[in-house]
Amino acid sequence: MTDTTLHSSQPRLITLGGALPWLIGSLFLLVMPQVFTSNSAITIMNQMAITIVFALSYNMLLGQGGMLSFGHAVYMGMGGFMCVHFMNYIEDYSLPIPLPVLPIFGGLFGMGVAMIIGSFSTRKAGTIFAMISLGVGELIAACSVIIVAFFGGEEGVSGDRTMGPPVFGIEFLHQIEVYYLTAFWLVLSALLMYLFSRTPVGRMANAVRDNPERAEFLGYSSRWVRFFSFVAAGFFAGIAGGLFAINYEIVTEENLNLVQSGSILLITFLGGVGFFFGPILGAIVFTLLQSVLSLQTEIWQLYLGLLFVATVMFFPGGLAGVIMMHTLPFRLGKARLLLRPYVKTLLPALIGLLGTAGGMEILYHLRHAALGENEMSLYWISFDSHSVLPIAICLLTAAGGFWLAKRNAPELADAWHEANTPNGGVA
Amino acid sequence: MRKSIKYGVSAALALSCIVSAAAAAENVKIAFIDPLSGPFASTGSNGLKQYEFAADELVNKNGGVLDGRKFEIVAFDNKVSPKESLIQLQVAIDQGIHYVVQGNSSGVANALTEAIEKHNRRNPDNRVLFLNYAAVDPVLTNDKCNFWHFRLDANSDIKMDALTDVIAQNPDIKKVYIIGQDYGFGKAVAAAAVSMLGEKRPDIEIVGNELHPIGKVKDFTPYARKVVSSGADAVITGNWGSDMLGLGKAVIENGFKGPIYTYYAAGSGITAAFGESGKGSIRLISEGQVNPPYSDRAKEVYDGFRARYPEGNIDMPRIFNTVDMLANAINEAGTADDVVAVAHALEGMTYESMWGGKVYIRPEDHQAIQDINVLVHTNEGITYDYDNSGYGVLLEHKVEMASADSPTTCKMKRP
Amino acid sequence: MELILVNLIDGLVTGLLLFMLSAGLTLIFSMMGVLNFAHASFYMLGAYFAYQISLFLGFWMGLLIAPVIVGLLGALVERYGLRRVHQYGHVPELIFTFGLALLIEELVQFIWGKDQMPYTVPEILQFSAFSIAGNAIPAYKVFMIFISVGIFIGLLFVLTRTRVGMVIQAALSYPRTVEALGHNVPLVFMGVFGVGTALAGVAGVIAGPVLSTFPGMAVVLGSIVFVTIVIGGLGSLSGALVASLLIGWITTFAKAYTLRMEDFLSWIGFHKPVDMSESLLRDVWTLTSPQVADILPYLLMVLILVFRPYGLFGKRDA
Repeated sequence: MTDTTLHSSQPRLITLGGALPWLIGSLFLLVMPQVFTSNSAITIMNQMAITIVFALSYNMLLGQGGMLSFGHAVYMGMGGFMCVHFMNYIEDYSLPIPLPVLPIFGGLFGMGVAMIIGSFSTRKAGTIFAMISLGVGELIAACSVIIVAFFGGEEGVSGDRTMGPPVFGIEFLHQIEVYYLTAFWLVLSALLMYLFSRTPVGRMANAVRDNPERAEFLGYSSRWVRFFSFVAAGFFAGIAGGLFAINYEIVTEENLNLVQSGSILLITFLGGVGFFFGPILGAIVFTLLQSVLSLQTEIWQLYLGLLFVATVMFFPGGLAGVIMMHTLPFRLGKARLLLRPYVKTLLPALIGLLGTAGGMEILYHLRHAALGENEMSLYWISFDSHSVLPIAICLLTAAGGFWLAKRNAPELADAWHEANTPNGGVA
Repeated sequence: MRKSIKYGVSAALALSCIVSAAAAAENVKIAFIDPLSGPFASTGSNGLKQYEFAADELVNKNGGVLDGRKFEIVAFDNKVSPKESLIQLQVAIDQGIHYVVQGNSSGVANALTEAIEKHNRRNPDNRVLFLNYAAVDPVLTNDKCNFWHFRLDANSDIKMDALTDVIAQNPDIKKVYIIGQDYGFGKAVAAAAVSMLGEKRPDIEIVGNELHPIGKVKDFTPYARKVVSSGADAVITGNWGSDMLGLGKAVIENGFKGPIYTYYAAGSGITAAFGESGKGSIRLISEGQVNPPYSDRAKEVYDGFRARYPEGNIDMPRIFNTVDMLANAINEAGTADDVVAVAHALEGMTYESMWGGKVYIRPEDHQAIQDINVLVHTNEGITYDYDNSGYGVLLEHKVEMASADSPTTCKMKRP
Repeated sequence: MELILVNLIDGLVTGLLLFMLSAGLTLIFSMMGVLNFAHASFYMLGAYFAYQISLFLGFWMGLLIAPVIVGLLGALVERYGLRRVHQYGHVPELIFTFGLALLIEELVQFIWGKDQMPYTVPEILQFSAFSIAGNAIPAYKVFMIFISVGIFIGLLFVLTRTRVGMVIQAALSYPRTVEALGHNVPLVFMGVFGVGTALAGVAGVIAGPVLSTFPGMAVVLGSIVFVTIVIGGLGSLSGALVASLLIGWITTFAKAYTLRMEDFLSWIGFHKPVDMSESLLRDVWTLTSPQVADILPYLLMVLILVFRPYGLFGKRDA
C-alpha cells in the first residue's frame, strides 16, 4: 500500500485484461432480457441490479475501509425519498428533467446526509463507528414514521415515473425500458466505484483499514480517509435508492430501517468482502434465494441464517473467497486434480444437506401444519408427514451423505494440498 | 404465460409456473399476497387457510363458477414489505392471475393499489382486480380510491363510527382514554375517535390521547399508570400484535376495570395470551358474528373448518364473504377474464352474509357497508373459541349497516 | 408526588432488568473484546425454555433450570463458534454474533412458531404487594427487584471476594498479563461467556411473563442493551448499572409525563407557524415525549459517543 503500488497499478487501468470483465458484464446485461423475457424475471433482475449497486457501495465501507456499519440503508433510503419527491415535482411543475438523470439527485442527497453524519461518526473506526451507525440508523428509522411530511408515514411516498419528458421517445411505461436504465446506471456506478478503489484515496482506505497508525505516520489523516470513503459510499447508496424509486415508484420506511441495513451486511458478507466482485455475487445469490427459495419453503430464512453463520465460521472470504482460492491451482494447471475429490466429497455432502433440509421441512410441517393435514410434498414427492418412514429416510440420507463426505474429506485435503503446490516445489 | 413457462426466472420459478399451469389451466386463480414468513406470518397463514377453505367450501364444492371453473388460491409471501409485494404482484400477473387479495398492512395495500392502477393503465389488455380484505386505512376508499380496488372490510372510520354509537348509548362512560401506535393508522383511529365522540356525546371527556412508538415499547407500565390515574372509564386503541398484548396486559394488571375497545385483540395467540385476565374487559370491533353463530350455514362452515384446521380460527369472516361475492360477480358478468365486467358486477352488489346481515358495495368508493359488531372477550356462551383457549369473542352490540351514508372524497375514474 | 414514587419503582424494575442483560454483556466484552449481538437472543431463549419447563414442572423449576441450559448453550457457542471466528479478527466476530442472533430467532420460530406464548406470572405472585395513591405495585415486580438485586450482590461477591473473580477482574484490565501468568484464559473465556448468557437467561425467565414471550422479544430489547453498555462505558460494570437505571428512569418518566416539543421550541424562542399544514416541520412541532420515549436512549448514545467516546465510566476506547 505504498506509493510504488499506486504507480504500478495505474498503467494497468486501460489494458484489455482490465477492460474485458467490464465488456463481458455489459454484454451480459444487454443479452439477459432477451433470454428471460417475462416481466417478473425483469423485475427480479432490476431488483438484483439495485442490490448490486447498494452492496458495492456497502463494501466501500466494510471491505475497503474496514468500517462495519449497521445503518447503511439510511443513505439509500434518503436518496430514494429525495428521488421520488423529485419525480413528483416533475409531475407537479412539469419540469423538463428526463427520468434517466434522476438517480443523480438521489446520489447527491445521500452524499449530503453522509457528509453530515460522517462528520462525527468517522472520527473513530471499529466498535464506536459501528455503534454510532446503529444509533443513527435507529433514530432516522424512527423519524421516518414520525415525520410524515418528508417520509409519508408507513405508506411511504409514491410517484409516477412516466410523467417526465420522453427520452428519445421512451416514456418508461414498460419494465424492459426501466431495466436498461437500471443496467446503464449499474455499469456506470460499478465502474466508478471500481475506479474509486484505484485512486489514492481508495488505496489509503485499505491502508487505514489495515493499520491506521502506520497510515498516520505516512502523513495521511485516517479520519479524513474514512470520511471520504464514507461520503462516496453514501453517494452510491443514494444512487441505488434513486434506482429503487424509479423501479418501484414508491419508497417507504422499509428502505431505510435496520432490517434493510442488516440484510445488506449479510449480502455483502455472503458474497465476500475481500474482492470487488464479491458483493455482486452476494446480491445475485441473495435476490434469487429471496425470490425463489421463499416460494418453495416457509423456513427459507432459517436456511439463510444457517448459511450465513456457516459462511462466517468456515469461509470468511465469502463466495468470492471460495472462488478465488482456486486461482492458484488453475495457474499451476492442476485444477484437474481437484475434480474427482470434489465430486467424491461434495456430492455426498450435498445429498446430506438435502436430507437434513428434508428432515427439517418434515419436522416443521409436523409441528406447525394444521392437524389432520398430514400430506406434504417435498422434492416433488407427496407423502404423509406423520409417518415415520419419510423422516427416517431423510435422516438416513443425511447421515449417509455426511459420513461419505467425511470419509472422503482427507482425500480432498490431500488433493487440495497437491494442487496448490508448484511442481517440484517443497510444500 | 407461455413466455414465462418458456423462460422463467430460473429453473425453480419456471417449474412452479409449469406445475400450476398444468394442474389448473381452467382454474380462476386468486393471488393471495400476504406475509407467510417473518413476524406476521401467523396472521397471514391463518388468513390463507380461511381463503383456501372458503374457496373449496363455497365455490368448488358447488361446481365452481361459470361452466365449472374452480377457484384456486395461489399464495405469495410478501413478508409485509411493500417492495416484496410489488415483486410478487408482478410474478402473479405473469402467471396470468387477474385477482389479488391482500389485507395485512395499509402500507402494503397502498403500494399495491397504486401499482395495480398504474399497471392497468399501462397494460389495458391484462388488467387486475384488487380485493382488499383487511387494510382499513380510510384513504384507500377516499383520496386514493380507484376503480380496481374493493374493500370488503369496514374501514377504520366506519368501525369507529359504530363503536362511538355504542359508547354514546352507555351513560356509565364519561371519560375516555385513547392510545395508539405512532403511525398513520394509530393517528387515524385517534382523530376519528375524538371527532365522533365530540359529535355524539360532547359531555364525554377525552382524558388522554396518546401515541407510542410502534413495535419499540418494551414495557407498557408507565402508559398504563397514566390510563389508570386519569380515571378513565374506557380505553380505545388501534394497537395490534405484540403492542396490543403488551398494552392490554399492562392496563389490566395495573388495576383498570373498564372496557378496552380494540380493533385487533383476537386470534393469532392474543386471545389465548389474554385468557382469564382479559375476560369481560377486552372488546373487539369487527364485522361478522361467530358467537353465537348467526346461521346454520355458518355453523356448518365453521365445523367444517375446525375439522380441517383444529387449531385454526375463523377470525376474518369477511374472507368468506369476499370469496363468495367474487364468485357471484363472475357468474353475473359471465366471464372471469374481463375484470372490468366483474368489477361492474361487484359495484352495487348486495350480498346476504351467513355471518349476519347484508354486505353492500357502494359504487361511489368501492367500500363495503355491513353490520359492525362490538364483541367481548369471554369464556361464557362461546361456541367457537379462538386459539383453542376456551376463550372467544361474544356478540354484545350490533350496529346495522354502519356508516351507510358516510361521505367520501373519492372521485372514481371508470375505464 | 406519589406518582413520582410509583414511576421511580417502575423505572427501577426496567433498569434492573436491563442491568441483568448488560452486566453479562459488558463482562463478555471486557474479557474478549467482542460485542455479543446475540446477547438478547439468549434472553429470549431463557424465556422460551422457562415457558416450556413451566408447562411440566412449574415456574420455579423453570427459573432454576432454564438459565443453566442457556448458560451451557452459551458456553458451547463460545467454544465451537466464537473461538473459531476469533482468528479472523474482530469484525468477523461481530458479524458472527449478528448472524447468530438471526439464526436463534429463526430457530425459536421453527420450534415454537410465531405466536405469543401464554407464559404467565405464577399464581402465588398474582397479587398486588402494596399500592401508592391507588397505583397497585404487583408483587411480581417486587420479586423482580429482589431477584435482580440478589444477582447483583452475588456477582459483586464473586468478582471481589473469590479467586476466580480476581482472575476475571485482572483480565478486565490486563488480559495479556493474566495469560502470561499461566491462567487458562480460554477456559475463563468460556466460563464468562456461559455465565454472561446465563444471566441473560435469568432476565428472560423473569421478564417473559410481564413483557410477553414472542419471537420478536430479542429484537425489541437487543439493541437497547448495546446502547446501555456503550453509554455506561464499555467494560465497566458500575457504568452498566448506572446506565441501565438511567435508561430505565428516562424512558419511564418520558412516558409518564407528557412533555411537548411545542413548549420546548417556544421556550427557546421559536414561534409556532400559524398555518402548519404546509410546513415541513409540522410533525416536529407536535412531538410529545411519550411518542419518542423508547428512542431517547439512541439519541443519548450518539451524543455520548460523539462527545465522550469511552462512555460515562469507561476507561478504554472501544
